[in-house]
This record gives sequence, C-alpha cells and structure tokens, in this order.
Amino acid sequence: MDSASVVCAQNLGLTFGTADGPVVALSNVDLTVDKGDFVSFIGPSGCGKTTFLRVIADLEKVTSGTITVNGMTPEEARHKRAYGYVFQAAALYPWRTIEKNIALPLEIMGYSGAEQKERIARTLELVNLEGFGKKYPWQLSGGMQQRASIARALAFDADLLLMDEPFGALDEIVRDHLNEQLLKLWARTNKTICFVTHSIPEAVYLSTKIVVMSPRPGRVTDIIESTLPRERPLDIRESPEFLEIAHRVREGLRAGHSYEV
Amino acid sequence: MDRENFVLDRLLPVATVVLALVAIWYVAAVFLNAPFERDTAARAGTTITFTEILPKTMAQERPVLPAPHQVMAELWDTTVNKAVTSKRSLVYHAWVTLSATLLGFAMGTVLGILLAIGIVHNKAMDRSLMPWVIASQTIPILAIAPMIIVVLNAVGLSGLLPKALISTYLSFFPVVVGMVKGLRSPEQIQLDLMHTYNASSAQTFWKLRWPSSMPYLFTSLKVAVAISLVGAIVGELPTGAVAGLGARLLAGSYYGQTVQIWAALFMAAAVAALLVIIVGIAHSAVLRRMGARA
Repeated sequence: MDSASVVCAQNLGLTFGTADGPVVALSNVDLTVDKGDFVSFIGPSGCGKTTFLRVIADLEKVTSGTITVNGMTPEEARHKRAYGYVFQAAALYPWRTIEKNIALPLEIMGYSGAEQKERIARTLELVNLEGFGKKYPWQLSGGMQQRASIARALAFDADLLLMDEPFGALDEIVRDHLNEQLLKLWARTNKTICFVTHSIPEAVYLSTKIVVMSPRPGRVTDIIESTLPRERPLDIRESPEFLEIAHRVREGLRAGHSYEV
Repeated sequence: MDRENFVLDRLLPVATVVLALVAIWYVAAVFLNAPFERDTAARAGTTITFTEILPKTMAQERPVLPAPHQVMAELWDTTVNKAVTSKRSLVYHAWVTLSATLLGFAMGTVLGILLAIGIVHNKAMDRSLMPWVIASQTIPILAIAPMIIVVLNAVGLSGLLPKALISTYLSFFPVVVGMVKGLRSPEQIQLDLMHTYNASSAQTFWKLRWPSSMPYLFTSLKVAVAISLVGAIVGELPTGAVAGLGARLLAGSYYGQTVQIWAALFMAAAVAALLVIIVGIAHSAVLRRMGARA
C-alpha cells in the first residue's frame, strides 16, 4: 500500500438491508486519494457519493472489499481523530456561541483552555469570521454558519477534511465566494480534502481530481485528473481548459446515467 | 403604547372572563341557596319574597355554594388575621402541604430523569420499563394513597415523607416521558458529529443530549409541579391528617363548612399557580442562558 495515500479503497461494496430488500449503495469502487489532493465526488442523487464519504468517516460499514484511511481501518482512523467532517447542514449547537461551537471538538479531545482559545482565534481567522465568536448561530447567515462549521472541522489536527455538499443549501453568489475561500484555505493548510457535490462547475473549479459516479448500483464511472493550476482565480471558469474538463465530467455523468424516463 | 397594548391585549380579556365567572357564580349561589331559605320560612309558617331571600342567600353559615365575597372574607381572615404558626391559619396549612409537594417534586424529578437516562441508553430498560411507567399512572392515586400511608406507617415512617412519596409517584411520570423525548431530540447529524469526534457516551450526553432536552424538561416540570401538589393533598385525605390543605378540605366536608372548603381550594389553586409560574421563570432564565433569541 502506498504510504502517501490518505484514502485507499479496493473493490469496495456496500449493501443496505431495507424493508424492500437489499439496496446496493456502492459496488466495485477502487479509488486512491493522495496526500494534499482535493478530490470531488460528483454524480446524481443515489450514486453513493455521500455514502462513500460516510464510509471513510466510519459512519457506515462496508459489506465487501477493503478501505484504509491513513493506512488504518476507518474505525481506527476515527479513534485517532484523523479527519474533520463538514455536513450538508452546519449542525451548529444552537445553545453554544460560535467560539463555543468551535471549542466543542477541542473540549472532547481534551485540549487545554489556552490552546482552545488560540485555536478558536486561528480558525475564525481562517474562515474570515473574526469578531463573530461571541454570536449565537441564529445571529449568523447560512453562509456564515457553514463557515463556522468548517472552522469547527479545522480546529483540531486532522489532515483530512471530508465535506458533504457543504454549500449545497446556499445561493450561487455566496457559494462562489466560499469556493474561492475554500481553495485559499486548502492552499494555506495543506489538508487533503474529499468534497461531495452535485455541481459540475464547483467540482471542476475546486478539484485536483474529479470522481464521477453513477447510480443503481453506485459506482465510479470516470476519474479525471485536473490539468488546471493550483492557483485558481474565479474567472478561470471561463477558460477553454476549464470548459473542456467540465465537458468531460458532463459526458461521464451522461454515460453513467440510467434514468429510465 | 406598550402599556396600552398590555391593557388591551392581556388585562381586558382576562378581566372580562373573571367578571363573567363571578357573575355566574353569584347567580348560581342565589339559585342554589334559595331553597334553604324557603324551607326555613315554610317551617316558621311565614312566606318570604325574593327581595328578602336575596341578601340571605349570600350570608348563610353553611351555604350549598358560598358567594365569592364569603370565600374571600374567609381567605382574608385565615391568612392575614391569623398568626402563620396558628392551626387556624391557612398559610400554616398551605406550608405543610407545600413542603410535602416540594420534597415529592424534587424526588419525582430526580427519579424521572434517572429513569429517562436509563431508557434512552439501555435497550433492555427501554423495552421493559416504559410499559410499567405507563401502567403506574393507570392506577387511581386515591386507591393506592391510603395503602402507601398505611404501609409506610407500619415501618415507622409517617408525616412528611409518605405524602411526598405520593407526590413523587405522580410527578415522575411527566418527567420520564418528557425527558425520554428530550434526550432523543438531537438530530442524527448532531449525533454523527459526536461520532466523528470519537466522543464517549458521557461526553455525548453532557454536551449534546442534556442541553437538547432542556425545553422538554421544563415543560414536563410545569405539569409535574402541579400534580405534585395534587399528590400531597390526596396524601393528606385518607389519614385524617391534622394539618395541610387536604386536612382542611376533609375537616370542612365533615362539618359542612363549605366556606372553609372553598377557601382551601382557592389557596391550593394559588399555590399551584405560584409553583407553575416559578418553574416558568426558571425555564425562560435557562433558555436565555442557552442563547435563545429574545
């Protein structure tokens, strides 16, 4: 196994037992995520992109194949707090202020008070929320809440950041802005990021590697290595290179589609 | 302007209802107490006109339904005009009942919370305990209160504790039901978050389940404190207790002292209202500290 690979999945399969019989959520997934990669998972609903992220996070158990996270099983990696997870909703605790929300994982992991304070200040600055630490979540807009939840995932020392459609519920203007900020944050922190989305421009703009998935059963149909430079201004989205990658993603999605309409 | 709104929106409707009730009460008092006056007149061989009956129906010593001002006069007399240590003081009796209420409420709350924690964290307790908790409330409290008093008396326990235990028996129920729901109220995403932090169940409990359950807890406590008072009063009835609001009710009904009964009922209602208001104030204070929007 490659020591540089953060996530390594081989022949992965996951079947949910439901009342209507077994549902195959993932089948034959082979994938490697290298250190420092920004990997996007794109595909229609039911293609298993979120499920795959939850498998990495040990929120779901695979039924066949193997997966390692930092060379360990997902469970061991979770025990070692190997990753930060950003959910679709901000999932901030409403009775905690923003800084107390960021302190939550730090309290659980036993960081000292002084260190908590230092990390809260640092991560608030990373997501451009300085001055909002004392506010309660309901006093912030949706985009700010999601940034706070990213700060919470960055507060402890996990090199892997798992993001499940973090900007899915936000409008396009806010989303563009947050995408730009996320890229800067990625460059500054050197984290490995796995990012689930259903937006083609978002996937192409952010990623070094795009994993195209298709449903029934959930499987990988294409893996595209991005040729875009790591430094990406927003207007790179008008460049021919960008459009070419977006086209290939769209083709991949279409090929995998089995919408029986 | 706010003052005006308070008068128009809150005071006026409440005052209207109170006035209507008082009016209905007076009419009912005249109607229910008049036969006694007619009988008295008939026995004396005289006839009596309605204008003569009217004042008499509101000044009987043992009316079927005492007039509101009679009840108020009795309340005033037994609270303000008597020393609070006197056996004739309603404040003294209210305190006797209140102390049993508060002890029972405290024990019921603790018991309810502990049972809820067990039910939420342990599948076996969830399956086995909940039916019994519900069954416990289907037994009429009036039926089992005397037995609790008698059994505890046989093992040397009397006075405050047996009454408090009846309050506990009633008040733990809303707390269990509310807290089971409250401790299960965190969303899956919030629980998943704790899972990704590899949090222990104690951490998940104190940092997520417990704070999530606070609104449910206080809603339950409002119900629990009111029925704790009912439990304490019921606990005073079967033993022929000499002190407490229950004892006042019992003595009143023995001697036909309807005015005394009504005064004790009003006192009980006032104590219950006060307790619920105190729990309500604690509720909003806790929610404010937890950052609820004003």
